[in-house]
Amino acid sequence: MGLVQTEKLGNCGSLQREAVGIKRVVKCYGSFEALKGVSLSIADNEFFTLLGPSGCGKTTLLRSIAGFEDVTEGEIALYGLDIAALPPEQRPVNTVFQQYALFPHMSVRENVAFGLRMKGVAQAERQARAAEMLEMVHLSEFGDRLPSQLSGGQQQRVALARALAPRPRVLLLDEPLSALDLKLRQAMRVELKQLQETTGITFVFVTHDQEEALAMSDRIAVMSAGEVQQVGDPRTIYEAPVNRFVAEFIGETNVLPVTVSDVSAGRARVALAGCRDLIAQAPEDLSPGAHHVSIRPERLSLADGGEADLTARVERVVYLGTDLQLLACLPNGASLTVRLQNTARTSLPLQGQELGFQIEEGAVRLLVD
Amino acid sequence: MAARTDIRRYMGFGALTALCLTVLYVPLIVVAVYSFNASRSITAWGGFSTHWYVDVFVGPEAPIFRAAAWNSISIAFLASTAATVIAVAAAVAMVRGGRFRGRQTSFAIISLPLMVPEIVIAVATLIFFTTIGVRTGYGTILIAHITFCIPFAYLPISARLQGIEDTYELAARDLYATRWQAFRLILLPLMMPGVISGWLLAFIISLDDFIITNFVKGAGMETLPTAIFGSVKQGIKPNIMAISTLMLAVSVIFVTLSYLINRIGQKAR
Ligand SMILES: Nc1ncnc2c1ncn2[C@@H]1O[C@H](COP(=O)(O)OP(=O)(O)OP(=O)(O)O)[C@@H](O)[C@H]1O
Ligand SMILES: [Mg+2]
Repeated sequence: MGLVQTEKLGNCGSLQREAVGIKRVVKCYGSFEALKGVSLSIADNEFFTLLGPSGCGKTTLLRSIAGFEDVTEGEIALYGLDIAALPPEQRPVNTVFQQYALFPHMSVRENVAFGLRMKGVAQAERQARAAEMLEMVHLSEFGDRLPSQLSGGQQQRVALARALAPRPRVLLLDEPLSALDLKLRQAMRVELKQLQETTGITFVFVTHDQEEALAMSDRIAVMSAGEVQQVGDPRTIYEAPVNRFVAEFIGETNVLPVTVSDVSAGRARVALAGCRDLIAQAPEDLSPGAHHVSIRPERLSLADGGEADLTARVERVVYLGTDLQLLACLPNGASLTVRLQNTARTSLPLQGQELGFQIEEGAVRLLVD
Repeated sequence: MAARTDIRRYMGFGALTALCLTVLYVPLIVVAVYSFNASRSITAWGGFSTHWYVDVFVGPEAPIFRAAAWNSISIAFLASTAATVIAVAAAVAMVRGGRFRGRQTSFAIISLPLMVPEIVIAVATLIFFTTIGVRTGYGTILIAHITFCIPFAYLPISARLQGIEDTYELAARDLYATRWQAFRLILLPLMMPGVISGWLLAFIISLDDFIITNFVKGAGMETLPTAIFGSVKQGIKPNIMAISTLMLAVSVIFVTLSYLINRIGQKAR
């Protein structure tokens, strides 16, 4: 393999070196603020994902790290070194572009060796390293082809090999999987993650696909409208979203209006119209009054004669193979989605049936708007 | 959706088309055919012969034509090369330079020679050269040709450049290429079909220019068009038809090449 392998340190934040430090970065296009004071600390050897809806500024942030955009305000540091003044060719960072941008007039091998050639690596070593990279992405036999003679998935891997060949400190990937079909995308997820682990290079990965983000990342930054909403590992992001945007953007969830009566030690008693009171996980500084809670569909189960936390009328049953999705209606008219595992014992609920549901311990989360 | 109007259905379309084609092409055909005339007459057919083509190369006027042809070709080569270099630089600045001040003005200046009547440019250029005291001759023709060739080289080059996404250059910069390396190793090869096409076009434009050349050439200096004109003033002989046919052939070949190269470039993308 030949690449410097750094041992993974797990998630003990303070021990890790900072690979990319982004401090209060603002980027304006004319009067439009694409980034509104973004601060992030990306650790060495981390698979870090920027996740957010279209137009939230993910690409802009990535381009700022790569050096294709000058930021309006703020600092970007790479391993402690301020890189604001450096042109792209002097930043030890490489990019995998969304449309790959393989040089169409160069062979696959020349594409992969390009970065090394520009760095002045000798011909022999260049060839050896290019061959090694092509082997790593399983394209050894394709070195002499032109990019246009490869399939989309193969081009994708050439783009990866090309960006990894100069051994950057940080690899930036802008939605590299979005042009691939589902099967290939799922295979590439695993491959990318393995590549990150074997090379030990810090990956900054951009996507608007939350499933992709959850599957691959060590940590995720959820962005919306030029701002970072939450940073955390996939589990935290999914199970403890800090606000309504994050809860709704990551996965499927039920957001229900409730009245909060008393809050103490991260717990709150909430009243949901037509149900008995529930205990919800709440942020410390929450004040009593009208709020929303989030309940994930898979955290609900059929009461089956036991004591029900909620009752709802089934409106539709959607058969999804591994799962059953129930679209139901609460007594106050709010809709509720429930996901049940499709096990042998499950008899299909009927449309119009009134059913009792139980909520898993700790599954009700109060949201800040 | 309403069917689009088919202009072929307009009254007189056929006749008008025939008229235009006749006016444009019959003289060319006549010249080409009569260049193979065995007789000295330019109106009466006296049988087939390549005699006049031989005359162009070894006849009494051959030295004049040879010198003129050399001037024409060398000027066309140098002028189109210089114009292409300038046009590439201009196209990169105009297409990749973002919105800089004076962009519109620059574009107007580049394309001016396409719009200003040639005779005006000819007079203005001559006045310019005499005012600054440059002796007219080979050098002044070359400079004048470079100037009016720029827009012809610029058009295909900038059209090609507009079709190339800037991510290729960004990718190159990202992979440690300097601005210049990104241009030389990535952008220029991708632009090449447009560059060659522009060069060929400029070459042809320079090769057959008459008006401007005639003004700035000075005494004793001839290019092919001015030499032909000089010879015709003493009466049209079939050797003129032969030399004209040769020039026509060169032009057709170059324009076709220019077109084909552009087409290949578009397919390769
Ligand atoms: N050159 C530009 N000039 C003006 N506005 C721009 C420019 N580039 C981006 N923007 C704006 O900045 C915002 C963020 O764009 P960006 O490309 O970073 O979004 P994104 O999160 O990558 O979205 P997507 O998922 O669709 O790629 C968008 O609203 C976009 O319209
Ligand atoms: Mg984007």
